[in-house]
Amino acid sequence: MMDKHNSALPGPDDIYREVLPNGIVVLTRSNFNSPSVVVSGYFDAGTLFDPDEKLGLADFVTSALMRGTKKRTFDKIYNELESVGANLGFSSGVHKSGFNGRSLAEDLPLLLNLLSESLIAPSFPKAEMEKLRAQLLTGLSIRSQDTSDMASMVFDEILFKGHPYSRPEDGHPETVKKITRDDLVKFHRDHYGPRGMVIVIVGEVNSEDAVRQVRRAFGGWRVKGQKEALELPSFKPLKKTVSRHHRIAGKSQSDLIIGTNGPKRRDPEFMSASLGNSILGQFGMMGRIGDVVREKSGLAYYAYSSLSAGLGPGSWEVSAGVNPQNVKKATDLILAELRRFVVDGVTADELADSKANFIGRLPLSLESNGGVAGALLNIERHDLGMDYYRRYENLVNEVTADEVLTTARKFIDPDKLAIAVAGP
Amino acid sequence: MSNSLTLTTLSNGLKVLLKEIHTAPIISSWLWYRVGSRDEVQGRTGISHWVEHMQFKGTDQFPANILDKSISREGGTWNAMTYMDWTAYFETMPADKIDLGLRLESDRMVNSHFDENEVASERTVIISEREGNENEPLFTLGEAIQQTAFRVHPYHHEVIGDMADLRTMTRDDLYTHYRNFYVPNNAVMAVAGDFDRNTMLSRIRELFEPIPAGNEPVRIARPELAQNGEVRLSVEGPGATCYIQVCYRFPAASHPDFFPLSVLDSLLSGPSNLNMFSGGISNKTSRLYRALVDKELVVNVQGGAQATIDPFLYSITMTLHPKRKPEQALSALDKEIQRVKEEKVSKEEIKRAIKQARALFAYGSENITNQAFWLGYAEMFANYEWFQTYLDKLSKVTAKDIQRVANEYFKPQSRVIGTYVPKDGRAS
Repeated sequence: MMDKHNSALPGPDDIYREVLPNGIVVLTRSNFNSPSVVVSGYFDAGTLFDPDEKLGLADFVTSALMRGTKKRTFDKIYNELESVGANLGFSSGVHKSGFNGRSLAEDLPLLLNLLSESLIAPSFPKAEMEKLRAQLLTGLSIRSQDTSDMASMVFDEILFKGHPYSRPEDGHPETVKKITRDDLVKFHRDHYGPRGMVIVIVGEVNSEDAVRQVRRAFGGWRVKGQKEALELPSFKPLKKTVSRHHRIAGKSQSDLIIGTNGPKRRDPEFMSASLGNSILGQFGMMGRIGDVVREKSGLAYYAYSSLSAGLGPGSWEVSAGVNPQNVKKATDLILAELRRFVVDGVTADELADSKANFIGRLPLSLESNGGVAGALLNIERHDLGMDYYRRYENLVNEVTADEVLTTARKFIDPDKLAIAVAGP
Repeated sequence: MSNSLTLTTLSNGLKVLLKEIHTAPIISSWLWYRVGSRDEVQGRTGISHWVEHMQFKGTDQFPANILDKSISREGGTWNAMTYMDWTAYFETMPADKIDLGLRLESDRMVNSHFDENEVASERTVIISEREGNENEPLFTLGEAIQQTAFRVHPYHHEVIGDMADLRTMTRDDLYTHYRNFYVPNNAVMAVAGDFDRNTMLSRIRELFEPIPAGNEPVRIARPELAQNGEVRLSVEGPGATCYIQVCYRFPAASHPDFFPLSVLDSLLSGPSNLNMFSGGISNKTSRLYRALVDKELVVNVQGGAQATIDPFLYSITMTLHPKRKPEQALSALDKEIQRVKEEKVSKEEIKRAIKQARALFAYGSENITNQAFWLGYAEMFANYEWFQTYLDKLSKVTAKDIQRVANEYFKPQSRVIGTYVPKDGRAS
């Protein structure tokens, strides 16, 4: 019984990968433990293509894809999905936009059909676009009152000043108001296409069948003149610490983010930075940061650090939600921890703990279909190799305390930080 | 055989549910206590949640800073949650490491320190948690509605508790609450995953059976009175977005009407998701979405009931369209409510609700932590059979049942309507 575990980590012998003639990459892995499937993926139509004055365009397009197609109305699309308890949604990212859907295995053909129709033949009905605009604008109005969202936005503006990463993907009210239906149609025509698209299917379906279904839904998609991805401009790290306080009146709590840039996902320092970050603000009850800010000082309900690493320069952030009167106190404590981190590094015991945590929790993160789908997307997007999750234990174990310190010093300079606060 | 259930009660009253699932080398273990905000009096609101926090502050065997590290080191995830009716602690770990979770739970059922200094630092942490909640318009609105809907019953206050009580409760208050409610005869242990049931059961006996049964906890017996007339309230706060919440009285989860009402909920606002570790589905073809969002009266509508021991609320939450007035949304809502009272729903709509529930169950069964959650969760307000027969019970629901419960529960004179009035960013 025990050796039949489906959770043997995904690897070359149970991930199936095929490239369709039109360029779409399909990855699948079967899981017959539950009668459900997940469909996930991405395509080359991120917010990098947004002009500044129409920021939020790529996001508007992804939100509009299911508002009507050449064959079906908005209500019809969702009626088919919801009647079988399925779910499908699109979201925008800076480089890529993506989709995520799930259904009972018996409804996979329906799910793929609606996915392809939405991607290939959206009709952007005028009336639906205006309804959607009101919803997006309300979302932005709610964002402007959210201390956590606003701290994060201000942080990106400071850290990535002059770089496209400084822009919020969902735009600003004034830019979203300027977007016309023609803009949506043109964006879709220029940027949507099979090149650069990846589809992952995980669940109760065999690989052959899954690929056959993708071929049926997407095999005929050809687009002439799909625009090439843009080159990222170079990133200039901060020369000194920059702080900004964004006022939101009437709130009981302020959100605080302190940080700097971090490695790209493919950088050799990624693993040592991840382990360092775990010690700094994740392990146990949120690492050293949690210990100092929450456990010892009782200043915050949440205080932790996070690393965000993608195709371009990443960020390394410490976040906390604190009483407006305690912002200074919490900032000082966090700065002291960052200093200690780059001066003394981490101990052998701390590193051993975080390594054990990384290795031990891997099966847990790969338990659900969604977890496995995320892993396969990760492999494909960052070219990690089909055997990445099988090699993972070694990759983790190879990292030394010296490497963690070198990496910490490479990225974190306690005198060159972005400090963002949103609150009263 | 591998998926059948073992159910037993130890000599000290601890109820144990075990379910072998051999799909992954993972075990999830949950310990549930029958204690929550329903067991709190004025002056000590929020005490159950605070006790839950103190359970992470250490025992002799597992001092605070050792405790969290030992679980993380083994690659486990763990957490705890406090609700109106219950408090639950779980560890999900690689199968060969679960013993640590079991030892930890048996230890902290009796041996937690509740150190005076730890109480002091946790006080400010919880106050900070509450301040974070207060940043959210829907928290302040929900709190105002609950205290209006429940004058007598302790569902009156939020689980986090009132600020006044968070400032004044003492270490002894907390410790007494802990001793009163953290007894094996007031707990349910639910474990699911990759184990042999006999081995697991004997280990649980070994660890938990030596803990003596305690007195049966005393419950607050203050049933809420019938509401005789619609109540409207408003809460002002920062922002530019108006929210409206309409709450009707709902029966206890163990009441037979809960099932036709669940189908009705599915038709009105999309199916409620009973999974804790798996997302739900969209509701864009529910009746309320079509009548309110499609018609541009609101930009979002959500509805749902919670499974509770005593009658609680069914709430419909609307985010008002910037160009509309609350009354416009309310009158469109009333028309839809009137429609389910007057017209029988179609068989197709009922079938649809059942298929949605079946899909949500399939998603939830992808992960062992969620399956272990189900085992204990239903025990808190009914029993595990409640889940096992859930789909059957839904499929027995008829159009007539739905019409009857719509008329019985969706009464204007027993509802509370709350509006969050935005002050456009000016300080409140």
